[in-house]
Amino acid sequence: MLDKLKIPERHYLNNGHGLASWLLTKDHKRIAIMYLISISVMFFLGGLFAVGIRLELATPQGDFVQADTYNKFFTMHGIIMVFFFLIPSIPAVLGNFLIPPMIGAKDLAFPRINLLSLYLLWFGAIFATVAMVSGGVDTGWTFYTPYSTTGSNSHVVPMALGIFIAGFSSILTGLNFIVTIHRMRAPGMTWFRLPLFVWAHYATSLIQVLGTPVVAITIVMVGVERALGFGIFDPARGGDPVLFQHLFWFYSHPAVYIMILPALGVMSELISTFSRKTIFGYSFVAFSSLAIAVFGFIVWAHHMFVAGISTYAAMVFSFLSFSVAIPSAVKVFNWTATLYKGAISFETPMLYAYGFMGLFAIGGLTGLFLATLGLDIHLHDTYFVVSHFHYIMVGGAIMGYMGGLHFWWPKMTGRMYSEFFSRISAILVFVGFNLTFFPQFVVGYLGMPRRYHSYPDEFQVLNVMSSAGASVLGLGYFLPVITCCGR
Amino acid sequence: MSNAVVHADAHGHAHAAHHPALQHHFDTMAQQKEAVVVGMWVFLLTEILFFGGLFAAYMIYRMWYFDAFAEASRSLDISWGALNTAVLIGSSLTMAMGVRSAQTNKRIATVNWLILTMVLGSVFLGVKVIEYADKFEHHHVPGYNFQWASAHPSTSLGAGEAPAAGAEHAAPAAEGAAAAEGGPSTAGHRQLALNAEQLQLTTQIYFSLYFTMTGLHALHMIIGIGIMCVITWMSWKGKFDDHYYTPVEMAGLYWHFVDIVWIFLFPLLYLVERHV
Ligand code: HEM
Ligand SMILES: [Cu+2]
Repeated sequence: MLDKLKIPERHYLNNGHGLASWLLTKDHKRIAIMYLISISVMFFLGGLFAVGIRLELATPQGDFVQADTYNKFFTMHGIIMVFFFLIPSIPAVLGNFLIPPMIGAKDLAFPRINLLSLYLLWFGAIFATVAMVSGGVDTGWTFYTPYSTTGSNSHVVPMALGIFIAGFSSILTGLNFIVTIHRMRAPGMTWFRLPLFVWAHYATSLIQVLGTPVVAITIVMVGVERALGFGIFDPARGGDPVLFQHLFWFYSHPAVYIMILPALGVMSELISTFSRKTIFGYSFVAFSSLAIAVFGFIVWAHHMFVAGISTYAAMVFSFLSFSVAIPSAVKVFNWTATLYKGAISFETPMLYAYGFMGLFAIGGLTGLFLATLGLDIHLHDTYFVVSHFHYIMVGGAIMGYMGGLHFWWPKMTGRMYSEFFSRISAILVFVGFNLTFFPQFVVGYLGMPRRYHSYPDEFQVLNVMSSAGASVLGLGYFLPVITCCGR
Repeated sequence: MSNAVVHADAHGHAHAAHHPALQHHFDTMAQQKEAVVVGMWVFLLTEILFFGGLFAAYMIYRMWYFDAFAEASRSLDISWGALNTAVLIGSSLTMAMGVRSAQTNKRIATVNWLILTMVLGSVFLGVKVIEYADKFEHHHVPGYNFQWASAHPSTSLGAGEAPAAGAEHAAPAAEGAAAAEGGPSTAGHRQLALNAEQLQLTTQIYFSLYFTMTGLHALHMIIGIGIMCVITWMSWKGKFDDHYYTPVEMAGLYWHFVDIVWIFLFPLLYLVERHV
């Protein structure tokens, strides 16, 4: 039976050659591949800045780069990784490729808009690159005012423009998915027959559509304030910088779920496939995606406990923040129940899935530490926070991305990866990751603040561990590239 | 041979009666239309949130700096604003007529209604240009030359005298406004608690929001007119009929949305002081 399965003679990869046949395509599969290439470049670029950061922090003195260069390093790292890599990663690559076939549609509802959103991402990246090569930006990826509007003398405006444009790419992808999932399902593909991957993308798209416009307008306000001297966020002119933080986190907290929800969807597919069981509690898992999306919108001010909001507001947001943990836990418990007595096989995607479960649990639980008002006063803006969000975003989202990429790689390319090397790389990623970021929990708890380029001597051991782990992690990420191109 | 290709061929030939506007990945015109309509509404939702950030900012500062907002609002000319409101509502009507004509196969009427809508839109933008020019003249554009000296554009000081007059002007301005409403200065009008310096700062926030909000709105209108040029051209070419008029309808939705935003902006920006 197996040897009769043949790849069709004409498929999306050889259906037309030459640059134009790719750049002008409206085929969701080709667009997905172009996204894959683009964001891999971005991942590499963001990684280079990470190398810079870890090199600087290998020694206590600021001896590798100057303080302002260091500021630009972590800003560029954060911006590239968040806006140009993580947010598009799973939706734009795997979602684009898989959602239409998964629901029995010929393509996304708006193929031209799909291509447009890829172009917008490139366009945004060009502006970001202009900002980068003309001297960089030193505000941090969060653009806090008034530093970003009146303090900093770096290239905030082109960078803001780049992020604004990339935001529209994200909005249009979300819009396309929502319409596709609503209107393009094959007859008989009811809502509760949708793969959980599709449910996760549906929830993600809701956040993209409802949250991104708010950060877009916030960035517009920062831009006009900086370029034209408006005074909306400038306290010296009666403006309110805390308002900026409200508007920013109203998007950017939900945005962290844009990064993690698709990975949760991938996980549901991986776990049930590699334990050869249907998922336990399908509808609970489906609804928990929606619940995460909804709760995600009411907890933003837990980023502002020390920013001058009232104590009562802080208490309410602290309390609300815990609610997000419920749907996340529902998912983890249902996966565990699915694994129970399953015929589990340990192929590469499953190794990533296992890694995901552990790291996501640690990341999520430390989120609860941070959401606890009293504790956050101590931990805010320390390496504890850095470690928390890397556990979720790198340990969670990228693990899910890598697992999904391996799982669907044969379907996307018609070739199998090297199982042996891929397993090694999955293990390297897991080990390297923990070596990089676990020490950061400790050093943050001990009081090392984030965003400084030098630190007291007593933190050096932990920082060297972290830098060493980063090298292992980097190798782990790079290995699949070598094995895939070498064959 | 690949399945997809076979399918596509069979598809093309079997249903020769397909409308030319049906794209290959949709099964029916109805499905295509529904997808576009859902997409448009989702897009308008994002637009609401886009403007929503500005409205949130406006709400907060209006609460904090009410007096300054009332003062600054007085410097806008209500008659221009009212005229523009009427023009825009009119353009919504002509737009709706355009959609109706497209639905009923009236090609020339569609084109005419659309052109009329664009004309009204341009009138709106023209009035906006006049108003903006006035703000430039009075140094009411936030930024490095912002000066808040006079509350009344009609009695406004020349640009040169403005800074000197700034200091004495806050209190008289309040009285002047009360007098303008016809009541005695104590009845019904709040005394301004702000000194000139505070007024200079906080009216600037009002104008920051004024320019961002109306500027963004105007940008939406310019885009809308651009879209309508295309739609008009397509109607002229006879691309639409009673089975296919979705683009006209969607352009209409967009235009109505832009109108509605103005319906909120007008009272918020022009009528702040009216209930004091
Ligand atoms: C599940 C996905 C999650 C992701 C992707 C994520 C991501 C992040 C990121 C990126 C930051 C740092 C923002 C910055 O640059 O300042 C952060 C901070 C924070 N997170 Fe999470 N997080 C997640 C879950 C949670 C949960 C479940 C909670 C609470 C129940 C939580 C609570 C917090 C708090 C309170 C902070 C702010 C800490 C501070 O700045 O003092 N997070 N998170
Ligand atoms: Cu958060």
